[in-house]
Amino acid sequence: MPQMNMVQAINEALRSAMRKDKRVVVLGEDVGKVGGVFRVTAGLSEEFGEDRVVDTPLSENGIVGCAVGMALYGMVPIVEIQFADFIWPAYDQIVNELAKYRYRSGGEYPAKLVIRTPVGGGIKGGHYHSQHPEAAFIHVAGLKVVCPSNPYDAKGLLLASIQDPDPVLFFEPKRVYRAAKGEVPENDYLVPLESAKVVRPGRHVTVLAYGAMLYEALDAAAKAAEKGVEAEVIDLRTLWPVDIATIVTSVKHTGRLVVVHEAPRTCGFGAELVSLVVERCFYHLEAPPVRVTGFDTPFPYTLEMEYMPLSHRILPALLDCAKS
Amino acid sequence: MDMMPDIPATFRPEQPSKVIRVLSDDATLDPRHDPRLNESEVLELYRWMVTTRQLDERLVALQRQGRIGFHVGSLGEEAAIIGAAFAMRKKDWLFPCYREFGAALMRGLPLQVFIDNMFGNANDTVLGRQMPNHSTHRASGYASVSSPVGTQITQAVGFSWGAKIDGKDVASLVYFGDGATSSTDFHSGMNFAGVFKVPVVFLCRNNGWAISVPVERQTATRTFAEKAAAYGIPGVRVDGNDIFAVVSVVREAVRRGEQGLGATLIEAITYRMGGHSTSDDPNRYRATDELKPWAERDPLERLRQYLERRAQWDDRKEQALIADIDQRFRAAVAVAEKTPPPSLETMFEDVYEKPPWHLQEQCAEVLRGPRAPSSHS
Ligand SMILES: Cc1ncc(C[n+]2csc(CCOP(=O)(O)OP(=O)(O)O)c2C)c(N)n1
Ligand SMILES: [Mg+2]
Repeated sequence: MPQMNMVQAINEALRSAMRKDKRVVVLGEDVGKVGGVFRVTAGLSEEFGEDRVVDTPLSENGIVGCAVGMALYGMVPIVEIQFADFIWPAYDQIVNELAKYRYRSGGEYPAKLVIRTPVGGGIKGGHYHSQHPEAAFIHVAGLKVVCPSNPYDAKGLLLASIQDPDPVLFFEPKRVYRAAKGEVPENDYLVPLESAKVVRPGRHVTVLAYGAMLYEALDAAAKAAEKGVEAEVIDLRTLWPVDIATIVTSVKHTGRLVVVHEAPRTCGFGAELVSLVVERCFYHLEAPPVRVTGFDTPFPYTLEMEYMPLSHRILPALLDCAKS
Repeated sequence: MDMMPDIPATFRPEQPSKVIRVLSDDATLDPRHDPRLNESEVLELYRWMVTTRQLDERLVALQRQGRIGFHVGSLGEEAAIIGAAFAMRKKDWLFPCYREFGAALMRGLPLQVFIDNMFGNANDTVLGRQMPNHSTHRASGYASVSSPVGTQITQAVGFSWGAKIDGKDVASLVYFGDGATSSTDFHSGMNFAGVFKVPVVFLCRNNGWAISVPVERQTATRTFAEKAAAYGIPGVRVDGNDIFAVVSVVREAVRRGEQGLGATLIEAITYRMGGHSTSDDPNRYRATDELKPWAERDPLERLRQYLERRAQWDDRKEQALIADIDQRFRAAVAVAEKTPPPSLETMFEDVYEKPPWHLQEQCAEVLRGPRAPSSHS
């Protein structure tokens, strides 16, 4: 099996989807000749032509609004928003149009498209190239939200997202775009949406993480193990609808919960995860659930490593939770 | 783009063009833009305009009686709405604003389905999920109405752009108001349509008002049509109360699209003769004598005069038409009023193709919980 990084795995998925289905088109800024600022769409324009790999005008609102219309026609648009930080001009089209089309038309018009966008910090991007805005999309009825952590999942989840009948926000953790490597089958395969994965089994405390922070959680878990604390680390993979069964099984087993995410804490996805767990596992809990997250500040440039919930902050939280 | 010493001609802002008009005051047609409709076509257009107005009046009355929650009508704008839809081909699509139910009916939306939507009952194809007038009808190529102003504009562009990539000739007609020209989607939609040469007919119903805000507060340009120049597409102004002129310019726009020449912006000059909607009292911001000149240019009256001069219409026919509309309206309302509200389960359907676990849980919670005091079931 070939070794790949996430950029290559996502590129493979796009290429395969475009080969199989002529209705698949890729729209975005700089996705054509240059192949995307992160090179995720490299080579697609050469293979599929400028009609299907479209360098659009610089307007996120225009890209997503047009993509919704294309989807109504019956195309399968895959939109790239260059950085998640720039998605807000399209937020109206996503929230009020894309997410509601099926519902408001009584099922007559499923507006299906995939919006891919790089998220997260740790690349010296300041607050306009670092945000991790999943909560603002999870909160919107009608959207699915996916965030892979590795090349294998990235390809399988993207192919599943393209096949899925509902609109999907596909968040790509840019910090590990190239750092995360692994074996990726050449053939198509699906990683089902709504399936979390226990990536490190353990019995003392459950750690929920996703995207780039998964590696920080794993690092903290390895260090905790040296101190006799066995953390069970779960990669959520699909953030919404989340795989609640896997989470509940784990927390009922460990009795303790730590949630990790880069986004600010208040009203972050961690708040929802903790609520879901408390509602379902209250009598199994042996300690208050803990959130290790970004702070409620704009994402900082110089101090980004202090802002992010890296291993050095996860480890003490995990040990405290396991011991309290 | 290269730096050029001289601005290329195509980028020079157009002079505000004159208003295209076909139907003159003496009820003759200007041959330069006459769409050459035959008698039955003109009668069909007239009937749909009358139907639209009659329904508008009756729906306002229903709202005043508290039998429906809301109505947003097309009083005075019937020619722009009906004429534009008429000029499109069957395979083309309509992206409505919210005043275009007349166009939907003409394209095939059954009256009963429309009235069910006004009541939001169990037979409403959108299952009472939206306010009245937010209907949808895929079978007649009528996209779903949403309230946010302008959002349909980019979607119309994407629709026909998708068709173009697919190698099909499918145009879209997108309706929007003067207020919507200030929206982001207007700019984005016009811009994308210009760049990708998409066959879209942008129909701006300049009805003078965006709720209480007059057109001078939407733009400092002299016309809306001239905005087209900024996107490299033609802009035309048309007498929106002259159905012949509207049909003519929209047909021309469709033809341009067919020939691969892309989009056209049409500013249809008309007037909103009623309030913004049943929720609005226009007396707070405009004097009634402002309506007078527009009442004299009423699109139905003008077409009726034309027909009467040619002995194609008379009072008796008018009465018969109105009686027929009235009878069909009453029958539809009677059925709609007897139809129960949508079931509770429908609140949770169509959010996703299949309800995920959390919606299944929430649906079960509602079903076993207490009913709201106003609930009909
Ligand atoms: C984005 C947005 N802002 C505000 C509103 C409230 N609103 C509804 S209609 C309207 C005026 C629209 O005027 P215009 O575009 O001229 O259309 P008309 O109603 O005259 O047909 C406003 C402000 C809205 N629906 N959407
Ligand atoms: Mg208006």
